[in-house]
Amino acid sequence: MLQFSFKHIINKVRGGIVSPQALNRMGILGMNARNINYIARYNDREKFPIVDDKLNTKRAARRAGIQVPELIAAFETPASRKRVMEVIDPLWKFVIKPARGSGGKGILVIAGREGEKYKKISGSQIEALDILRHVNNIHSGLYSLGGKPDRVMVEALVDFDPIFQDYSFEGVPDIRVIVFRGYPVMAMLRCSTHSSDGKANLHQGAVGVGIDLATGKSCHAVQRGLRIQHHPDTKMSFGELKVPGWYDLVRLAASCYEMTGLGYLGCDIVLDRERGPLLLEANARPGLAIQVANGVGLRQRLRFIEGLDEEMHEKKVDERVAFSMREFAAEKTL
Amino acid sequence: MSPRVQVYVIAALLALIGAGLTAYKHFELGFPLLPGEYRTVWTIEAKVGFDAEGGPVKAALTLPREQRNMEILGETFSSSGFGFFIGRENDEYRAVWTRRSAEGPQSLFYRLDVYQTPGAALEQPLNLSTEVKKPFLGAREQEAVRLAIDSLVKQARERSSDVESFTTQLLFELNDDGNQDRNLIFRHYADKSLVDVALLMLATADIPAHRIRGLYLEDDRRRLDPEDLLEVYDGKRWIVFEPTSGMPGVPDNFFIWQRGGKSLLDLEGGRNSQVTFSVISNDVPARDVSMRSTRDEKEALVDFSIYSLPIEQQSIFKLILLVPVGALVVVLLRIFVGLRTSGTFMPVLLAIAFIETQLLTGLAIFILILVLGLWVRFYLSRLNLLLVSRIAAVVVTVVLIMGVISVVSFKLGIEQALTVTFFPMIILAWTIERMSIVWEEDGPYEVVVQAGGSLLVAVLAWWVMTNRYVEHWTFNFPELLLVLLAFILVVGNYTGYRLSELMRFRPLVK
Repeated sequence: MLQFSFKHIINKVRGGIVSPQALNRMGILGMNARNINYIARYNDREKFPIVDDKLNTKRAARRAGIQVPELIAAFETPASRKRVMEVIDPLWKFVIKPARGSGGKGILVIAGREGEKYKKISGSQIEALDILRHVNNIHSGLYSLGGKPDRVMVEALVDFDPIFQDYSFEGVPDIRVIVFRGYPVMAMLRCSTHSSDGKANLHQGAVGVGIDLATGKSCHAVQRGLRIQHHPDTKMSFGELKVPGWYDLVRLAASCYEMTGLGYLGCDIVLDRERGPLLLEANARPGLAIQVANGVGLRQRLRFIEGLDEEMHEKKVDERVAFSMREFAAEKTL
Repeated sequence: MSPRVQVYVIAALLALIGAGLTAYKHFELGFPLLPGEYRTVWTIEAKVGFDAEGGPVKAALTLPREQRNMEILGETFSSSGFGFFIGRENDEYRAVWTRRSAEGPQSLFYRLDVYQTPGAALEQPLNLSTEVKKPFLGAREQEAVRLAIDSLVKQARERSSDVESFTTQLLFELNDDGNQDRNLIFRHYADKSLVDVALLMLATADIPAHRIRGLYLEDDRRRLDPEDLLEVYDGKRWIVFEPTSGMPGVPDNFFIWQRGGKSLLDLEGGRNSQVTFSVISNDVPARDVSMRSTRDEKEALVDFSIYSLPIEQQSIFKLILLVPVGALVVVLLRIFVGLRTSGTFMPVLLAIAFIETQLLTGLAIFILILVLGLWVRFYLSRLNLLLVSRIAAVVVTVVLIMGVISVVSFKLGIEQALTVTFFPMIILAWTIERMSIVWEEDGPYEVVVQAGGSLLVAVLAWWVMTNRYVEHWTFNFPELLLVLLAFILVVGNYTGYRLSELMRFRPLVK
């Protein structure tokens, strides 16, 4: 692992840096500009708890009629061993999450059981004691911002649509859609790889696949900053990838605007085999890696939306989705 | 007003106030902008010596008054056995020593520290007497002298246009050995000095004048007698003359002790009185001079500042005032460079610890504690403890490690490692906890990146904070913190790219 990382550092430095003018020409949105011009301006602080606490998100989603993975139980206060076991004992597959975890931290996915042991999605086995400790850690605030005491959610494991099976290694791909003032502006699929250790974080080596908003087809794929054509582990070509039920998925993302009231929003969506797109979580500070995955800067699209007439900002969800799909068609590079 | 404009307005105001106060302190109060500036402070000692006659004794010494070109930094009096007070008499301060009975030789001392402020003009005293007392020269034996004086005065008057040039001409004549009139006068007044004679002649010419007593400031001079200058009133202002050269203006290093007025020393109950001076110069840090010279006036800026605290607290503040500088380094590195650190301001705390421990020792101790702590933490994670007790256990471990490091290094004779106690233990424990989570979740590579980033920021912050200019400015001009605050506010508005993004988004530029 360490050896590989050194190679990765050398890779990073070898290419040198590009001039800020070049990035500016490409319309790349930087971290500072995102924080000041978009997050601070369009995201009300008082609405952050809706997305920062996943239990709140779930509640709000239910009210707004947005589909989410089924919540099995939530431990608001430190739970006794008996209570935790009561909840997880009858379950075959489940996910344990901190309600206020950030950056995908503290998510434990159990994909099956073998006797007394629980199988993680990566294949390794853990015991009930390990799960209890994990629950304890979450309660103590190990994964929450600022170490505040947290709540624990037990969620049903999504029955993933097999369409992505060949595009992901040891993990579950999810789709990130950036929604700006209700208009979807960019989307990507995150596929875990062997080197990302089953995680869907791009900086850990997951593959980012840019998805054309107009069609739901892949248009660009990147791993560790380099463009690729095939999944490094499964060797599947990204060229043929098309997300089924794309319109419904984008519509679900766009309707999160009404649900959260946040102007600059990242929605993480998974595809369930039966239920279709489900909102996994929403993010008030979505990262910028989506630009790399798409090979396109965000700023022009955001400026375009900002420049729309007042009446365009009062449109209904379907109209907004149709508008985005028409305007933000991507150029295919795969 | 949009928030952006507000930020710029506030920042501009803060920067103006900060820079203005700094400029005031530098130009008006004389605080040096650069460290290591030295000023010359003269210590002048006046020794009053006399033989007491056995009865009550009263000695009154005229003290120098405030003058614009010389700043008096401090005075001390020594008066063993004598009662002492400072009295005010005719706009003059006099040190008065008194004693019921004394016999034999006596010595009284008055010592003052003086700092020469260059370039300041001599103030014009409005209250000095301009009364002219014509000398009595009517007696028969004085006929020749009177004629000689009249002739010199007449000659000087013909060759001059006003009081200033008249005085210069007169002094030229009095210094001219070949002049018969002059020689006659000096023979007559054999016991009088040049200034005495000049005063007499000026009085004849109806020009108000008096003597200035003082001394030339030259290093390491002992048993100096006071020297005299001449001051002349031209109807509008007082002009000082150096009597031997006849040139107007106070000589550069002349310290004025007494201007006009009566005698330098009044003595009752003693004989053979004598006032002698000695002068020594010291080079003193410029800041100390400013501090001492403003102390008396109780300059609000200085009085309500850190300098009014006890020395011990001042040294603590010296460190605290460096924290904003460290924070600025963190701000710059995060906003402009985009370095990832573990805990936003943890590197500043590390940098402060480095200041106390020295850099290399600090780095070694930090890495040692981090590695040992992580190792212990990995074992603890297998014991299924609650988070709070686990971190508390790490705190205890960190303290134990620090204790062991201190004792072992002391036994080995590495005294520097004793400074280990300056490390913030709780912060270290949390860092270890965070790092171990990062290790579990993101792998050791991320641990190295974050720990390395934190260390890099800490070392840079340490480097800036130990810069002697930065140390000097933060401590002597805490107002500069307002400028720093303004800068941080403005930087908080930066929407450009970070250095790391130029690398991160490189693949997007074809």
